[in-house]
Amino acid sequence: MSSQSAASLQRKPAPALRTGRYLSWGRYPKAEHSHVYKPAWDDQIPAILKSAPDGSVLPYGLGRSYGDSCLNAGRALVDCRRLNRILAFDESTGVLRCESGVSFADIIDVFLPQGWFLPVTPGTQFVTVGGAIANDVHGKNHHRAGTFGAHVRQLGLHRSNDGLVVCGPEENPQMFRATIGGLGLTGVIAWAEVQLRRVAGPWMNAELVPFQSLSTFLDVSRESDGRFEYTVAWLDCFAGKNPRGIFFRGNHSAETGKKLRPNHGKTGPKLPFALPSWLLNRYTVKAFNAAYYRAHAARKGPSLVSYDSFFYPLDSVRQWNLLYGKRGFLQYQCVIPEANVAAIEELLDRIARSGMGSFLGVLKQFGSAPSAGMLSFPRPGLTLALDFAVRGERTLQLLRSLDQVVQESGGALYPAKDARMSPALFEASFPRWRSFVPYIDPKISSSFWRRVTWANQNEAQSQ
Amino acid sequence: MTMTLNTRPATLYSSASRVSPMRKIVVLGATSGIAVEVQRQLAQRGCELLLVARSPERLAALESDLLARGAKQVLTCAVDLALIQHHAKLFEYVCHSFPGFDTVLLAYGSMHDQKDSETSVDVLLDELHVNFVSASAILTLFAADLEQRRTGCLAAITSVAGDRGRRSNYVYGSAKGALSLFLQGVRSRLHPAGVKVITIKPGPVQTPMTDHLPNAARFADPERVARDIVRALERRAPDVLYTPKIWRYVMTAVEHIPEKIFKRLSF
Repeated sequence: MSSQSAASLQRKPAPALRTGRYLSWGRYPKAEHSHVYKPAWDDQIPAILKSAPDGSVLPYGLGRSYGDSCLNAGRALVDCRRLNRILAFDESTGVLRCESGVSFADIIDVFLPQGWFLPVTPGTQFVTVGGAIANDVHGKNHHRAGTFGAHVRQLGLHRSNDGLVVCGPEENPQMFRATIGGLGLTGVIAWAEVQLRRVAGPWMNAELVPFQSLSTFLDVSRESDGRFEYTVAWLDCFAGKNPRGIFFRGNHSAETGKKLRPNHGKTGPKLPFALPSWLLNRYTVKAFNAAYYRAHAARKGPSLVSYDSFFYPLDSVRQWNLLYGKRGFLQYQCVIPEANVAAIEELLDRIARSGMGSFLGVLKQFGSAPSAGMLSFPRPGLTLALDFAVRGERTLQLLRSLDQVVQESGGALYPAKDARMSPALFEASFPRWRSFVPYIDPKISSSFWRRVTWANQNEAQSQ
Repeated sequence: MTMTLNTRPATLYSSASRVSPMRKIVVLGATSGIAVEVQRQLAQRGCELLLVARSPERLAALESDLLARGAKQVLTCAVDLALIQHHAKLFEYVCHSFPGFDTVLLAYGSMHDQKDSETSVDVLLDELHVNFVSASAILTLFAADLEQRRTGCLAAITSVAGDRGRRSNYVYGSAKGALSLFLQGVRSRLHPAGVKVITIKPGPVQTPMTDHLPNAARFADPERVARDIVRALERRAPDVLYTPKIWRYVMTAVEHIPEKIFKRLSF
């Protein structure tokens, strides 16, 4: 009977369907994975690592890395999202111990009402603690607080060959430094101890300052660093060498009287499917940027805003990454040493001329505190982040021409955002990556790592 | 370093949550995928919980997590509920250290590969034992207690798979179906005593139990299913809860397919 044959077809194992699709936030590249482990309990990790073949698995969190650093094409992932338990909290010191799959949104939900906030947060609250450590993420307070890794006091790491390794600045300090910013390659993080930060409440004293050139941005930034804990700028990347933008700066407010709705910002509208890619073209984006600039320039000056609209404006539209269409997008985030500000101008000029820029141009001055990890991205200088919808070869060509500027200026690219940098640029960005290699867990590998170390693979293996 | 757990209630948020009638909940099978989500939502409401499951390590992780999330009290008891000889002792422990509990939620179950239970009687019996025999045994102890106290709520997670025997899943289905029938009877028996009995029938849910099934990625989100369950426990509205709700209509349709046709269907 025909229904029977359909049934036998249905029962055939379909690994890709079983697990659903695991993509990165940029939805590019479209990797397929052979298998996804979904441990629900910490005690299941050792068996997964033990049974896996060499170089076959990679821990995965909320998939907010933009490129391929959270992907492992053709191999397996360990989805850590079910490992999301709070293990302990010290009310007097604000030290939180939790499993690696706990999200920042979760931490805020539980601890902000008690007067504690994340020490460092990226532009989305939908990242896991494990992912924040593996990418040593930074935030708007980098000039004051450094990276997230600087606030990790200790962590437990499942290693395939030597079990649970506890590491921190004193205990196994080298493994600790390798794991912070280690792109998930050193093992599966079981738990971490993070120092939270005291705040009075969920409110922020925010201030908007419009600027019309890079030098004004630098002046505003320098002037703000001393007075504001959080600084960042949005940039209209269609304006070329003299970019206009909005400088956002703020501090936690002492305001405690006003109440915040529960679930504020977590139940916003959701983009249900990938928008057609013609919708985003240079004219619509240009018009959007102009409108965005005018709307914010009109609101300049101080105001009291909630933490989520200050830190996570994009989280209010769930799945905003679908905006860029089916083919996905690439984010380009570089850091340029401050002595070479001209390089930023050159980058912006090339982007403006290409007409391919997008509405998410972000500029921030990093502080000088050294990052905690061996492969941490933040370093003194200006960091610029831009989105580009994937439009095939011409997008890649533009990004290669930007690479040239970054490399010549002595800058670096951010692995968490990358899906395409060359091994040469990786080498230039992280000249000491070879000293990281011995700390990689033999069972773990990633698409990103294979790509950027491919040229030196033999060399890496021999170490 | 010694760490303490914080149980201070959320004060910075205005909250719309009402005082719920259930304050003390016993969860049998506390480490199951759905139970884990239900417990989180109960913790946020400041409930007191007694968790029963096999693994002491997993219970310890749950305990600290739920306390941090607002549970007023969390007790744990590591017992394998499949071993009926331990039930009496467990029941005694619950009555002694968690007096006045008002809700019992049975949330454990097992799902073997159907093919294995067709070829191995041991697997078949294990499936029936865990999902039905042991479950009805432990529920009997709690039912008698609630009946005597003339209060509370008894809830158990069965499955839509128990509504009709299907080729691909009838062993699990018959065990869960038997449990549904059992609950139906208990409901009628406890009705005069004012004890609510809720049969929870989830559709397929994304939990460790179903990860191996085809199309698992399309199954319901456990958080959403847990929301439905907590709402049902709180308001005590339905006798039989289908979650997600669409399954009530799907199963009504499935039950009305004539056997002559149904036996030819392969799902």
